[in-house]
Amino acid sequence: MSDLMGYGGRVLRVDLSRGSHKIEPLDPRMASDYLGGRGFVARILYSEVPKGADPLGPENRLVMAAGPLSGSFLPCSGKLHLGARSPATGGYGDANIGGHLAMELKHAGYDVIILEGAAAKPSYLVIDDDRVTLNDAGDLWGQGSFATESRLKELLGEDFQIATIGPAGEKLVKFACITHDFGRQAGRAGIATVMGAKRLKAIALRGTRGFPVADPAAVLATGKTMFRTIFGLPGFREWTPYGTAGITEWVNQVGAFPTRNFQTGFFEDHAAIGGKAIRDRILVLDKGCFGCPIPCGKYCRIEVDGEEVFVEGPEYETVAMIGGNCGLGQIEAVAHVNAVMDDLGMDTISGGNVVAFALECAERGIFKPSDTGGRPLRFGDLDSVLWLTRRIAAREGIGDLLAEGVKAAAARLGGGSDRFAIHVKGLEVSGYEPRHAPAMALAYMTCDVGGHHNRAWAITHDVAVGRDRVEGKAARVIELQHLRPLFDMLGVCRFPWVEVEFPPETYADIFPAVTGVKRSWADLLRCSERVWNLTRMFWVRHVPEFGRSWDLPPARWTEEDIASGPTQGKRLAPPTVARLLDDYYRLRGWDEHGIPTPAKLKELGLDYTLT
Amino acid sequence: MSPTLATTAQACSGCRLCQLVCALDHFGENNVKKAAIGIRGLFPAPGRYDVRVCVQCGTCAEVCPVEAIRLRHGAWVLDRELCTGCGACIAACPWGVMFTHPGTPEPIKCDACGECVPYCPRNVLCIAEVVQE
Repeated sequence: MSDLMGYGGRVLRVDLSRGSHKIEPLDPRMASDYLGGRGFVARILYSEVPKGADPLGPENRLVMAAGPLSGSFLPCSGKLHLGARSPATGGYGDANIGGHLAMELKHAGYDVIILEGAAAKPSYLVIDDDRVTLNDAGDLWGQGSFATESRLKELLGEDFQIATIGPAGEKLVKFACITHDFGRQAGRAGIATVMGAKRLKAIALRGTRGFPVADPAAVLATGKTMFRTIFGLPGFREWTPYGTAGITEWVNQVGAFPTRNFQTGFFEDHAAIGGKAIRDRILVLDKGCFGCPIPCGKYCRIEVDGEEVFVEGPEYETVAMIGGNCGLGQIEAVAHVNAVMDDLGMDTISGGNVVAFALECAERGIFKPSDTGGRPLRFGDLDSVLWLTRRIAAREGIGDLLAEGVKAAAARLGGGSDRFAIHVKGLEVSGYEPRHAPAMALAYMTCDVGGHHNRAWAITHDVAVGRDRVEGKAARVIELQHLRPLFDMLGVCRFPWVEVEFPPETYADIFPAVTGVKRSWADLLRCSERVWNLTRMFWVRHVPEFGRSWDLPPARWTEEDIASGPTQGKRLAPPTVARLLDDYYRLRGWDEHGIPTPAKLKELGLDYTLT
Repeated sequence: MSPTLATTAQACSGCRLCQLVCALDHFGENNVKKAAIGIRGLFPAPGRYDVRVCVQCGTCAEVCPVEAIRLRHGAWVLDRELCTGCGACIAACPWGVMFTHPGTPEPIKCDACGECVPYCPRNVLCIAEVVQE
């Protein structure tokens, strides 16, 4: 056992090609400079993925890492981070998942799993404390996510935690997701696509040994104080019943709800698919992740053709991307698509974005009748959405093209479809329409995995300080890009801070009780800035000609006005886009092409990226 | 009257904070696997958690060959010094709540201390007073 407090202390490296594994000690220097979780993922991917390696080839790595606070007695300590060179973008890709995987990994005495090579035949990996085995997946291959998880729990024991891909991951759909705990996903950047390419159906984890914390009595005492603080916050009672979908009404009020493939920012039926509709009509249980006092998981039940169907969610992103963006105005329809995509192992964010793109292609006559079998495809039609979803997962007909994502699909379809392919860097944009929210637009443009909101959820800042204002927006985005991903490095969820106003600096108070090392909040944020620059250098290393043009928004945002609702008539002016990027690069210490300067890299201890 | 840990509703969200408090309080270890509370997910259907706690029925004490389980402040408490790890109580427990861990030969038993109760965010746990008829 390592003497690093707060860590499992070991790295499990699995060579899937050989079916062998090694257990390596965790490098204390890496723990100090990169903390854990996302920091470890970025550091390991940078040094281990050969330059230009095929994301779907054996040389790519799939890295999963818990953080120093994961699994400990403190609020929302259930987060695991996963990453690879993204098959969706060709650049840095990562995703985050809650549930119980991070806790279980650390209880087994590991912080990190590195998967390399590719299995000769479909397999699943079992990690049971020190016993690590690679097993024939047999007829699990081809099974849905839920059936796979149920089967493995029957086979191995209920106390194993399972991470699995579905048929979409097996078929190398570029936006496949990993599913765990019957409804938690690592959704973005095609991490499950990499798992599918490695022919790894699932990972089953069980750990019993626990992990050392520096001062157990202080962890217990400080943890208790943190929980009591959260129980006393108004948001504890007000936010929890509706979870993330509770924000649906506000996003429509501010005209930022992606609707019918981002044609507009307001969905007339939004009240029928928001948090209240979920609670009133389909909720079974408030389901949470490990250590969470504010469970955002809304476990639901619907009826489909007389049969019960269970699904965790829809959460906000699914409400936005399957609801508004595909024009579905009934919560049961949104939940139905949610259940189908979860079982197929397909990210509902990219999935909803790609399906909406296809619906607009159909509306504009870009598909040939033979592409759709003569079937009319329409926004707001559940059958159209389900038909496209299943074609994509099976890679049948136009589904094969759409499974590559909107950027690649538009390049092959032509007909001007690239003007309404809503992506940044090849990753489909998630659930906010930012044409009248410059900070949010910049957040999407500069997010280090492509069009994703969670590194800087800056729209609240736009609303607070003025939607037309550009001044100061880059600074706020940078501040958020350090603060929010820091949670992914520590291995905890940011919702206590974001949703119920729990002071984030409090995590610095419990850090020494867990790790034995006192670090200031500013010092921890500095580690986060280091990682942000490192992921940028991953793009520079792997993507030829990488630079400013990769940070541009989708054409629709600068070429078309928002069609209706509170933000009708608004668009991003190209000079605004240029000003946002100029400000952003300057404040970051990057050159005018968006490349970190040698001085900045040296200042952050990233000299090794200069060679 | 004697105290027992009890569950009041089927609203458990599966966070396992009770198990963390239990293990930290009794073993000084951040290890949910050393808790005297069992939580089992029933998914995908019917979609809830089954929470198992000791009801202080005393069956374990009746079968213990070395009398290592004794009544203290109304609850049946395992004396880990006296326990030989024979497992008789585990087999006899009608509720399946004598928990085991590979790192320790003695079972793990709830002593109705109630430390976990205030940290259940869903108010599932309470300390009930059992009236002996």
